[in-house]
Amino acid sequence: MSSSYQARFKVWRGDTGGGDLTDFTVEVNEGEVVLDIIHRLQATQAPDLAVRWNCKAGKCGSCSAEINGRPRLMCMTRMSVFDREETITVTPLRAFPVVRDLVTDVGFNYDKARQVPSFVPPEGLLPGEYRMMQEDVDRAQEFRKCIECFLCQDTCHVVRDHEENKPAFAGPRFLMRVAELDMHPLDAAADTGLDRKRTAQDEHGLGYCNITKCCTEVCPEGIKITDNALIPLKERAVDRKYDPLVWLGSKIRRRSSAG
Amino acid sequence: MATGTDPQTNSDTSSATRSGGVRAGTRAAIAAPHLRTDRWWLAPAVTAAGLLAFIVYSTWRAFANEYYYAAPYVSPFYSPCLAENCAPMHAGPNWEILGGWWGLSPALIILIFPLGFRLTCYYYRKAYYRGFWASPPACAVAEPHKKYTGETRFPLVLQNIHRYFFYAAVLVAGILTYDTVLAFRDENYRWGHMGLGTLVFLLNIVLIWAYTLSCHSCRHIVGGKLKHFSRHPVRYRMWQFVGRLNARHMLLAWTSLVSVALADFYVYLVASGAFDDPRFF
Amino acid sequence: MSVVDHQEWDVVVVGAGGAGLRAAVEARERGARTAVICKSLFGKAHTVMAEGGIAAAMGNVNMGDNWQVHFRDTLRGGKFLNQWRMAELHAQEAPDRVWELETWGALFDRTKDGRISQRNFGGHEYPRLAHVGDRTGLELIRTLQQKIVSLQQEDHRETGDYESRLKVFQECTVTRILKDGSRVSGVFAYERETGRFFVLRAPAVVIATGGIGKSFKVTSNSWEYTGDGHALALLAGAPLLNMEFVQFHPTGMVWPPSVKGILVTESVRGDGGVLRNSEGKRFMFDYIPDVFKEKYAESEDEGDRWYEDPDHNRRPPELLPRDEVARAINAEVKAGRGSPHGGVFLDVSTRMPAEVIKRRLPSMYHQFKELADVDITAEAMEVGPTCHYVMGGIAVDSDTAAARGVPGLFAAGEVAGGMHGSNRLGGNSLSDLLVFGRRAGLHAAAYAAELSSRPVVDDTQVDSAAAEALRPFSAEGQTADSEAGRPPENPYTLHQELQQAMNDLVGIIRRDGEMREALERLADLRVRARRAGVEGHRQFNPGWHLSLDLRNMLLVSECVARAALERTESRGGHTREDHPSMEREWRRINLLCSLTDPTDGLAATDPVRGQITLTRETTEPVRPDLLALFEKEELVKYLTEEELYE
Repeated sequence: MSSSYQARFKVWRGDTGGGDLTDFTVEVNEGEVVLDIIHRLQATQAPDLAVRWNCKAGKCGSCSAEINGRPRLMCMTRMSVFDREETITVTPLRAFPVVRDLVTDVGFNYDKARQVPSFVPPEGLLPGEYRMMQEDVDRAQEFRKCIECFLCQDTCHVVRDHEENKPAFAGPRFLMRVAELDMHPLDAAADTGLDRKRTAQDEHGLGYCNITKCCTEVCPEGIKITDNALIPLKERAVDRKYDPLVWLGSKIRRRSSAG
Repeated sequence: MATGTDPQTNSDTSSATRSGGVRAGTRAAIAAPHLRTDRWWLAPAVTAAGLLAFIVYSTWRAFANEYYYAAPYVSPFYSPCLAENCAPMHAGPNWEILGGWWGLSPALIILIFPLGFRLTCYYYRKAYYRGFWASPPACAVAEPHKKYTGETRFPLVLQNIHRYFFYAAVLVAGILTYDTVLAFRDENYRWGHMGLGTLVFLLNIVLIWAYTLSCHSCRHIVGGKLKHFSRHPVRYRMWQFVGRLNARHMLLAWTSLVSVALADFYVYLVASGAFDDPRFF
Repeated sequence: MSVVDHQEWDVVVVGAGGAGLRAAVEARERGARTAVICKSLFGKAHTVMAEGGIAAAMGNVNMGDNWQVHFRDTLRGGKFLNQWRMAELHAQEAPDRVWELETWGALFDRTKDGRISQRNFGGHEYPRLAHVGDRTGLELIRTLQQKIVSLQQEDHRETGDYESRLKVFQECTVTRILKDGSRVSGVFAYERETGRFFVLRAPAVVIATGGIGKSFKVTSNSWEYTGDGHALALLAGAPLLNMEFVQFHPTGMVWPPSVKGILVTESVRGDGGVLRNSEGKRFMFDYIPDVFKEKYAESEDEGDRWYEDPDHNRRPPELLPRDEVARAINAEVKAGRGSPHGGVFLDVSTRMPAEVIKRRLPSMYHQFKELADVDITAEAMEVGPTCHYVMGGIAVDSDTAAARGVPGLFAAGEVAGGMHGSNRLGGNSLSDLLVFGRRAGLHAAAYAAELSSRPVVDDTQVDSAAAEALRPFSAEGQTADSEAGRPPENPYTLHQELQQAMNDLVGIIRRDGEMREALERLADLRVRARRAGVEGHRQFNPGWHLSLDLRNMLLVSECVARAALERTESRGGHTREDHPSMEREWRRINLLCSLTDPTDGLAATDPVRGQITLTRETTEPVRPDLLALFEKEELVKYLTEEELYE
């Protein structure tokens, strides 16, 4: 194709023992995305270049990497957004331990996923009897668009720049999961004594978030993580923990129900 | 296995301190704190400059204690005026609650509320955390701090009281609305007149209300806290309305900041005699 | 002597897509200690790509729907070749499987009265597909993933260990099923990250690895779809059924080249999108086959009215089963009435307001905007057929999902054959995953529990599996081999040649001579694949992984080519230019593929003989009460005289 050209790439290659940005010159054709170029490198110059990918259509969230220093999906980054003269740098996600080349150990996220208590089905409703209105599921549905690419977890400075915060902070993806469950119209966690609003703060580290919105900026699904999940969750935590009126009300209610 | 779901062992925390930050632990060995090639510093720099300009201007005006009333206009920085040393404003927002002992500029009493509202606002927090604290300076750009505890401790845990400042801000916005109504008088307090200042005040009050109502706490209070919108159709509609405003919260934060300074500056110009308020009718 | 790590489990599930996870949930809930192995990260399986919905006759939108209607649609879609008992179970159980997902936290789109909304789809008589916008597969996989996490949380509360009863081995690949005599004894696998080998000992193995699309050049399938499960079953001695039936989805993207094949969901047509050729004509009206004449609209007006009033109008022919639409597009392009990049136009922009398009088809809007710079609310998409799904697969028992001939081996999902006959209806895949995933997990757990003695893993099998997996690293060093001195082959090149051969020679329209040529090329590739060599070491080495996957793709491709050559008729996902009509005699014939030399004859290079032996088998007659669901006039089109009399 006449519109193809040679592009300059720097791709990080290495493993836990160390590594470096390696220079490549590689052909680029019309309509290609960064992942295509990485595949071409694999097929022609570096057959053992490690990279995760799957659907190649922005639906599975496997090919997360940092392109020119910005966390992105390689399959959704078109080459046409770059200048032909530009050298394009591709590195693995920098918030997680590296495995090899562009592949990182994302186990952190799977650990955090397990720490969020699951959906609690309501008592007395059989399968098929669930009735939910569209306007009641809209909010949670937005969060369920998440493809778990973990770009938000990668870009969040709370853990990216502070390894020591990892045990205490669930990260945007899993705080959003807490919000999703708290907004689920039929979640019955409260009946089992689980207060998701309170645990968001006490157990999942919501207080670490300083709402600088990088998670929203990198989300390839366009989910408004900060405005629609994290801030509403912060407000819900305030209801529980910092609102004297609500606090007083719940005291009185508890007393009257006890008496 | 490392990509598996085994609990992560903390055996490598010793190597985690190898260099810290984005180079911590066994992360990819890349020396540069970031690899962004775009002008990532532009946004925080502009934000910081804008906020700084407002701080300088408002500090000067708040301490000035003069040129804040030019009938029928009262500067939003001095309204309501809660001390005895206020300039008398005919049917204006003079409520001498604090009496005569207050010797400083009366602006300082009332400005705490809008200041607190904006200081704890979810948008401004982002803006100054990024612009002044560099925490982080921009996305995926390493921050310079060794430790970070976010809003988990004093004093930043106080950010959680945003909604009380919101309540106060609604009151202040109410008073500024009253001031705007008063601006439909002439300098002799006769009703039914308008000048350029009236337009400035109108613009300002619309933006102040829009900013105040677009607040995330407001969005929560009117409906966001509900689990079932379908059972509260009116609140659902209010939540949707606030949500639409909320999507422009940043824009409203800036425009209302500029408009309030502009309104004050307009009063300053007229009161100091530097400019004569053009009257329409 | 083997030095690889061994672990003991009751049930091992290979594959973590919809079927695999559903099987794992069921096996664990029935008390079996269950391990899941998947090639990708947990939650990334190809199921996320499913867009349209889950077909289940819940009757939420149209009360007229019930399992009998769904069964009828499924059989019509599959041209009566379906394993009818599977189609029956599928239609009966799908609603329960969908409702169950809600109790695990799934959030489907809703009807006005708060039930699960259902949408129209090709080949389905009523609106039947439970959906979430156009990302239903993602919802399904995430719900199952979260259900697994919830079971692990339960186990953690009881035992202090999340993985005591249910563990996911992610980014691991199984290369061999191990056997003790005829019975399954476990699996041999390697960890992609480290290259380390390990063995999971288990009396029951569920294969749920999905399809074979990566053997074709233009495909909607991801790299994982290399036919692993099909090959594992073959190598373990289980036969594959009707492998000639490969579904080409009519609407894949055709431009830009790097995304060629990526799916454009059928919901685009279900929601009102129409197909036009370069002359602007809605050509599908010219392609309604006789068997469907009474069911589809004759004019554009009638077709358009159907969206509003489905009870008094017939549906537009854009919603014919996929095989019909794919062939029609193929014919239009061939006749020179294609779009600039070799497809046809799929248009929603003139049919719906931009807002509605963005709300109902958000990922499609996104996909075209991001990948092709096309705004589907303003202009038409260019689409063409893409390899999407294999109807053929491991021959299984309808009720238990047990593979034939290998006790302890089960299969569910796309990798299992029979359910969809010669052509799958859209939306029937996700429901298939759930219905038969559950059944496979159930029966695997029961089988494991009933065994009196656990099978033993044979170390020599483990050693030879390890040697086989390591061969690509020593490709150059085989001096004793007759191919000594020749340079090793690049696995990426071999893969590309294989894809090209299958695409060109065993693609959507097939001819005798071409398929013979394909078999020869496959034989040649097989020889060269033995010399596929890789650089570097075993740590996350994609070149090595591909070399190992090549074995599977070559085996499966041969099955497809041989079966396609054998079946001298056109039916569903198998179209012969030299035998263009559907033959009623062929309806009763199943073609079974098995390994010619099960003792390890993979070196066989004879193109005529190859590695696969075909067997013909006559199917069981359809149960009379199920046949009675159809009109006689319809049955005569499919069934032979003698079948009708029976």
